[in-house]
Amino acid sequence: MNEEVVTNREAREALAKDYEWGFSSDIEQEFAPKGLNEETVRFISAKKGEPEWMLEWRLKGYRAWLEMEEVDWAKLTIPEIDYQDAYYYAAPKPKPKLGSLDEVDPEILRVYEKLGIPIEEQKVLAGVEGARKVAVDAVFDSVSVATTFREELKAAGVIFLSISEAIREYPELVKKYLGSVVPQRDNYFACLNSAVFSDGTFVYVPEGVRCPMELSTYFRINAENTGQFERTLIVADKGSYVSYLEGCTAPMRDENQLHAAVVEIYAHEDAEVKYSTVQNWYPGDAEGKGGIFNFVTKRALCAEARSKVSWTQVETGSAITWKYPSCILKGEDSVGEFYSVALTNNYQQADTGTKMIHIGAGSRSTIVSKGISAGKSNNTYRGLVRVLPGAENVRNFTQCDSLLLGSECGAHTVPYIEVRNPTATIEHEATTSKISEDQLFYAQMRGLDTESAVALIVNGFAREVLKQLPMEFAVEAQKLLGISLEGSVG
Amino acid sequence: MLKIENLHATVAGKPILNGLTLTVPAGEIHAIMGPNGAGKSTLAYVLGGRPGYEVTEGSVTFDGRDLFEMEPHERAAAGMFLGFQYPVEIPGVSYLQFLRESLNSQRRSRGEKELSGAEFIRLSKDKAALLGMDAEMLKRPVNVGFSGGEKKRAEMVQMGIMDPRLAILDETDSGLDIDALKAVGAGINSIMRAPDRSVLLITHYQRLLDYVTPDAVHVLSRGKIVRSGGPELAHELEREGYAEAAA
Repeated sequence: MNEEVVTNREAREALAKDYEWGFSSDIEQEFAPKGLNEETVRFISAKKGEPEWMLEWRLKGYRAWLEMEEVDWAKLTIPEIDYQDAYYYAAPKPKPKLGSLDEVDPEILRVYEKLGIPIEEQKVLAGVEGARKVAVDAVFDSVSVATTFREELKAAGVIFLSISEAIREYPELVKKYLGSVVPQRDNYFACLNSAVFSDGTFVYVPEGVRCPMELSTYFRINAENTGQFERTLIVADKGSYVSYLEGCTAPMRDENQLHAAVVEIYAHEDAEVKYSTVQNWYPGDAEGKGGIFNFVTKRALCAEARSKVSWTQVETGSAITWKYPSCILKGEDSVGEFYSVALTNNYQQADTGTKMIHIGAGSRSTIVSKGISAGKSNNTYRGLVRVLPGAENVRNFTQCDSLLLGSECGAHTVPYIEVRNPTATIEHEATTSKISEDQLFYAQMRGLDTESAVALIVNGFAREVLKQLPMEFAVEAQKLLGISLEGSVG
Repeated sequence: MLKIENLHATVAGKPILNGLTLTVPAGEIHAIMGPNGAGKSTLAYVLGGRPGYEVTEGSVTFDGRDLFEMEPHERAAAGMFLGFQYPVEIPGVSYLQFLRESLNSQRRSRGEKELSGAEFIRLSKDKAALLGMDAEMLKRPVNVGFSGGEKKRAEMVQMGIMDPRLAILDETDSGLDIDALKAVGAGINSIMRAPDRSVLLITHYQRLLDYVTPDAVHVLSRGKIVRSGGPELAHELEREGYAEAAA
């Protein structure tokens, strides 16, 4: 590898050239040396042509991270991670170029098939050479559709860019909001992200604007690979609305084992943000080998009156999921929602849930969590509902249901409720059930094979959450739940 | 249609069926009656292929095919319908979704065209009307919040939709009031009374037989058929009790 490693000096020189030639020019070797130190952080920042303030921010994050420790309160068994034995700018690693679908792992093709992904789109997802063009021409002419979308967004005044572009083009906006919801020192992984984030998305919806399309629609046809340390920042100004979807139902493989993303949402007065996630990262094999470690910090600040943020997530992938999309309900009468389906199979571990922090009077929150455990997996819901002393007349409703398949898996519910204002109304309901033989046999007797019967029953269990998803993803998410449970019963 | 020969079956190692022999020809409705614990439900489950019900001896053919070579869903696709004594709840799954997926799965395996959403809704409305059930109920999750009578009526609607060639009805009459009983009886007659169809009606009481006249009545006791006769046998059982009749 040594010849290919670009020294920091060379990189800075290359970058200077990059500036000279504009950002479209490609540098073939995009490696930072292995390990994490200030040089690495400087390299990444330079690589992206960031202004000085951004580099300072990253370095501050890096120095803070050095003094922090990994979290150990989750119900997860996390193998020791050697942060010096990883590349922080080896990514984006080009996928191996494939000549045709014949060269793709048949297991992946089978899943594409089951998801009903059109053949040309499969090629794009699998990284077959020249596929993008084919897909564009033959399937849905996505370039022109995407262009139409971009124009539509521009006309509405919506800013929708990669975060690297936003840092260059809208530095004041980024400066104002970056880290305002998730401070750098918030937690170990968020702090790491603030030092080394590779890319991500920036969305700004101006006052009174209803984003003219679901940003999910945009992603649906522009299935970009997500990176290792993504950073997403969404700002909804007064009275605006946006629906955003990240992720993909198609199975995602990645050479990088550690993923630590940060998502910040800032909602102003009367603004509403709907954020949906479908996560299907490689979970490891049936013996529990390999798989992605996914440590994500997602938080929304409902900063002003009547703002609303709704999180919906379908989590089926990753070997380890550590994720708590949360809402700080600061504004009066603000609303936070969390709808979650977390499915674990084989040796997967998920510790996921939410935090609803009620600061504003009259703020309301709803939590609906559906955990599905199969195989030898462990699935934990961990949720905090906190009502601060000044928050009058707060309401929360929480429902946590767990479904077990088989007898070797675990489901755990860990609710924390801290109420410091007597006017609050807090409701918590929890159930644990198993797919019964009765249900399976009943469905089989009507003509469904075991797999279809399990998928049907599980989808029924998760229905309340799935119906929150944008339509086109709800259908795929349903299929995904079935596929993720294959072979787990009978 | 259905040919059972010397059938022995155990549940959790305990013998329940002990050499049961029975033939139901096409176009006939046969009633199986017997006291509690005689093996009535076990017979239904063995015919359905429920896991945990182990066949230790004997054979069953359905249209000449070895039943035990088929998975439960394959039996359904081959035209067998099992009406449950205790229909099962499936939360979050509407009846419409459940039945459409089930029916289309059957149709696929028979090489038939799947029904579209519109076609299926029309079919289910027809069958609900036939059984005197409000079609709106089919929008609700499967059996959730249904009364005992509604569940049994829904079983008959399902039978109408699946349009089977052989129906095995396990105490479909239990827990029914007189109106529901009439509706179920009428449903069996209108759906299953045909030259190419057969019914195995498993029941504890004679009263359903007031509405469905069987071609034959069999008495099941300790896991085997101990007496067979015409419809009049049911009345005799009702009068004299199983102990007497089976003696």
